[in-house]
Amino acid sequence: MIYLDNAGTTKLDEKVLEAMTPYLLEEYGNASSLHSMGQKAREALEKAREQVAKCINAKPREVYFTSGGSEGDSQAIISACRLGERKGKKHIISSKIEHHAVLHTLEKLEKEGFEVTYLDVYDNGIVKVEDLKNAIREDTALVTIMFANNEIGTIQPVEEIGKICRERGILFHSDAVQAVGHIPVDVEKMNIDMLSIAGHKFHGPKGVGVLYARSNVLLTALIEGGAQERGKRGGTENVAGAIGLAEALNMATIEMEEINKKQLVLRDRLISELSKIPHSILNGDREKRLANNVNMCFEGIEGESLLLLLDDEGICASSGSACTSGSLDPSHVLLAIGRPHEVAHGSLRLTLSKYTTEEEIDKTIQIVPKVVEYLRKMSPVWDQLEKGVRKHVI
Amino acid sequence: MLYSEKVMDHFRNPRNVGEIEDASGVGEVGNAKCGDIMRMYIKVENGIITDCKFMTFGCGSAIATSSMATELVKGKPVEEAVKITNQAVVEALGGLPAHKLHCSVLAEEAVKAAVKDYYDKNGIAYDQEEYASHTHEIVKDRHEK
Repeated sequence: MIYLDNAGTTKLDEKVLEAMTPYLLEEYGNASSLHSMGQKAREALEKAREQVAKCINAKPREVYFTSGGSEGDSQAIISACRLGERKGKKHIISSKIEHHAVLHTLEKLEKEGFEVTYLDVYDNGIVKVEDLKNAIREDTALVTIMFANNEIGTIQPVEEIGKICRERGILFHSDAVQAVGHIPVDVEKMNIDMLSIAGHKFHGPKGVGVLYARSNVLLTALIEGGAQERGKRGGTENVAGAIGLAEALNMATIEMEEINKKQLVLRDRLISELSKIPHSILNGDREKRLANNVNMCFEGIEGESLLLLLDDEGICASSGSACTSGSLDPSHVLLAIGRPHEVAHGSLRLTLSKYTTEEEIDKTIQIVPKVVEYLRKMSPVWDQLEKGVRKHVI
Repeated sequence: MLYSEKVMDHFRNPRNVGEIEDASGVGEVGNAKCGDIMRMYIKVENGIITDCKFMTFGCGSAIATSSMATELVKGKPVEEAVKITNQAVVEALGGLPAHKLHCSVLAEEAVKAAVKDYYDKNGIAYDQEEYASHTHEIVKDRHEK
């Protein structure tokens, strides 16, 4: 199989598994237990916390282990809103292309009476700092804008956003699930108050994440229980998971430059070759995007059938079509960058990893155009486009 | 697996794809905005559907239901073909996931639309109500869900 769905999840690195295994089989004590096995687990957990902190330039006590990105997003946003509403601040600024973990949390808060401004991302998938400045109000409690987009890979001007938020005394959270381990993230330099991380996006294990929260940010616990994670996250610590995440992040940080260099070449080949397919278009900024992300729309076809046929050909990919999103509407991200519904249905996301080879990209370049052509041949929409009954939009 | 083996077979090897140049009736249902459009061609000789072809823009189940629908109507008298329900298409495919059932409704409507076109062209009277498209209702239904 050619696995090109690494924004979905990644393969666990074997070295990560090696680091985790002793804490599953031998030192399996509960990190809250007083006995030596428990204490050994505690030590390892704290070492993992230090490692993570170092990778994002935070203090260890600002690192909270969670179950993943969605939990971190939910907790960060809810915490900021609880802090805000005490001061009568009930306004939030976000963007139109956030992950559903952010969007659905915001929707919930809107029902509670919070007001949310969703910044436009224009046709390149990037927010404008000017728009953020204009959206800030006296009662703005939080700015939550993702670091890099999970669908189209666009990288937001986080450092500039952080600077503005700090100057205005507004909390800034960033969903950095797609960014951490892929591009440099420095919470100090970038003035980030809260940051969500998921272990499985950089060859770590699933089911474990990190919420970074600056020491002056009082978190609201979403899960009640014991005093784990400084009382902010009840539940027995996932020691092996935390160790795996830390090990994976450490490796990703060390190898980052080298991996990105290799991926850029493969990504750019994919983009330029797939762009040769008539009436296709790249989604998201050409330059300000993750080194592993390719997202394209092909006119006249639908994404789910494209994915199923690619799967038959041995390629694992993803799409923003309605059928794959399980709703009537195609991807909110593609709609936000101005793709019409019928075009957004025909999207394909290919995301690379450090394991992706040149041969795999060569094969993909051969297969995708054939499948697109096959589907177009049976598409009444393509037929109308070809006959001029319907106008090409891309 | 999302789909049954039968669905995957009809998706991977769709029967009767293409156009009929001198079709007796052509029907098109669905909406590109919603992600699926089906176009059905029928050739009628002596009241019998002797050939049926389709073109579909849509997901795996949209292609599979179109393919199955063409198989079901081929060789049948027109009056019988229009009585084929979406349920019959689903059953013939060995079932569809709940959120894909609307594809089978589109297939039923595509057949009806093609027959309606044939009746219109040949001045054959029919019950307007029976041939009214419900696509918009389906779409509305999905929106509400």
